[in-house]
Amino acid sequence: MTRYLTRRLAHAALLLLAVSVFSFALLQLAPGDFFAPLKLNPQISARTVEGLRAQYGLDRPWPVRYGHWLRGVFHGDLGPSFAYNSPVAPLLAVRARNTLLLTGTAMLWAWLIAIPLGIVSAVRRGKWSDRAGGVVTSALLTIPDLVLFLAILLLAVRSGWFPTGGMVSTAFGELSGRGRAMDIAYHLFLPALALAIATLPALVRHIRSAMIEVLQAPFIRAARAHGISEYRVLLRYALPVAANPLISLFGFSVATMLSASLLVEVILSWPGIGPLLLEAILAKDVYVVLGTVMLSSVFLVLGNLVADLLLFAVDPRIRMES
Amino acid sequence: MGALVLLAAFQFLILFAGFFAPYGFAAQDREQPFAAPTTVHFWDTQGHFHLRPFIVDSESSEARVYPVRFFVSGTPYKIAGIIPAQVHLFGVEQPGRIFLMGSDAYGRDQFSRFLFGGQSSMLAGLIAALLSVSIGILVGGIAGYYGGWVDELLMRGGELFLALPWLYLLFAVRAALPLHISQWEVFLLLVSVMGLIGWARPARLIRGVVLSAKQRNFVVAARGFGASDAYLLRRHVLPQTYGVLLTQMTLLIPQYVLAEVTLTFLGLGVGEPLPSWGTQLASLQQYYVLSSYWWMFLPALLLIPLFLVFYAAADALQEIHKTVAL
Repeated sequence: MTRYLTRRLAHAALLLLAVSVFSFALLQLAPGDFFAPLKLNPQISARTVEGLRAQYGLDRPWPVRYGHWLRGVFHGDLGPSFAYNSPVAPLLAVRARNTLLLTGTAMLWAWLIAIPLGIVSAVRRGKWSDRAGGVVTSALLTIPDLVLFLAILLLAVRSGWFPTGGMVSTAFGELSGRGRAMDIAYHLFLPALALAIATLPALVRHIRSAMIEVLQAPFIRAARAHGISEYRVLLRYALPVAANPLISLFGFSVATMLSASLLVEVILSWPGIGPLLLEAILAKDVYVVLGTVMLSSVFLVLGNLVADLLLFAVDPRIRMES
Repeated sequence: MGALVLLAAFQFLILFAGFFAPYGFAAQDREQPFAAPTTVHFWDTQGHFHLRPFIVDSESSEARVYPVRFFVSGTPYKIAGIIPAQVHLFGVEQPGRIFLMGSDAYGRDQFSRFLFGGQSSMLAGLIAALLSVSIGILVGGIAGYYGGWVDELLMRGGELFLALPWLYLLFAVRAALPLHISQWEVFLLLVSVMGLIGWARPARLIRGVVLSAKQRNFVVAARGFGASDAYLLRRHVLPQTYGVLLTQMTLLIPQYVLAEVTLTFLGLGVGEPLPSWGTQLASLQQYYVLSSYWWMFLPALLLIPLFLVFYAAADALQEIHKTVAL
């Protein structure tokens, strides 16, 4: 167990290190920095700008700055944000919490809907309900995320049933604890729904094919021949075996979820890390960009790590190997 | 097969946008911002049928009828960017305007802009897909053919690219590019970046094909005759990957088209006045546009059948490839 875990952790750490070097180097390739527009301002002298750049260490070569940044990371310091004039870490923490709330909810919904749907269509393979489901999932797969989210925004704007952005109402401060939770849930509904719909079709398809493969195995036929009830065969015999590829899928789906979440957050104005990243890119607020990219990679790595651990817990073959 | 024909037809429309579009992509009519799609009539108020369709302009003080004319001469354009021409498939007499998909904030014809926008968006998709696939052949071919630590190194590197959320990656790279450069430079940079970071998936697929291809008897035989590695790769191994490559291209193009559209929508891609599907959708970021002018949503909806045709074509290609291989 420990060996397996250490290997996985080392792998994850290496990946994160590679991503950070890669993004840091890329960001330094860009001509100009956050303070470049200040140079155009005749009221600010060139020396002031140079002073500001020196204050933030932007005048040093990038490997030096990378080393400095990396050392800071281990102390919980992700560098300064120029635009917000504050450290990146607390800024990012709030946004990350919001993104986690959104993606967590969406992921829960997507899986809760996808698992029964996938199982049912695997059991009724070839029947009309399965075919209808297939048509719906392929139709949903063809709709680009951007178009889907815009359509949902359209629904919100035109019907007026849902808030069109933000995470809380203006009167949030005056609400009681329960009222606040309800308010956030009300704002969360549409973005989470959008994200769940975007990830759902691929999940259903994977679950369906995983179940179909297991249901054809000889041990399932044997279980049925022993007269074990169909429910029990499905849930106790087939599902645990089909869970194996699905857990790996969970790890992968974190990546797609994060990309889709960025778009949802920007289009439906959810104050997560997506809009922050977009603003930071436009303002060349490099440490914010770096922090956001790193954070998304950390989420991703964590997702995969959880998937690996689950696999370890569920699949005896993997336990035997290590 | 039907999908392939449809795909070709769609590309034909976009390639000859100048001919099929009644107006140029920059032609404005400031008098008619956000005009609703023009209704094309065949029956007049008396209920008589007319073979030549007509439109009714009720904007001005007295309603006027403009018949739709075919093969009219209008705004000059260039076929494939070279041959000058000015014949359009259809149009109406000035000062009448025909907006099949409505007009945008500047009174520009959305239908014409969609066709012209398709040129840059499809070109972006095509170039990026070509880039990805070429790097994919190179890396996948080398990794699959030589195996060993080269394979291990290249595929691990590929995993890095596969593992990252691609939109974040694209953003990080876009952040590295200067913001204020000419539209064509933005376009080219964007396309190359998209193509460059998308190499991992085709590389893995090609590696798989190469792995099995190099063990085929005729390849082993050719090696036995003393053929060099370069010769074997070029003559025997890589040709076996063409089917996979073609299918991959068909799948990658819509993905990159969408990437271009998404980036442009977010304000990081191609900008005005260069038409692209992304700039067309960008106006939807304003709530009032989204809530009041439904036809501004039409270009987004049209992307769905286009992508459907692409995926169906990829399926068809795969089928053809399978039957040929057997």
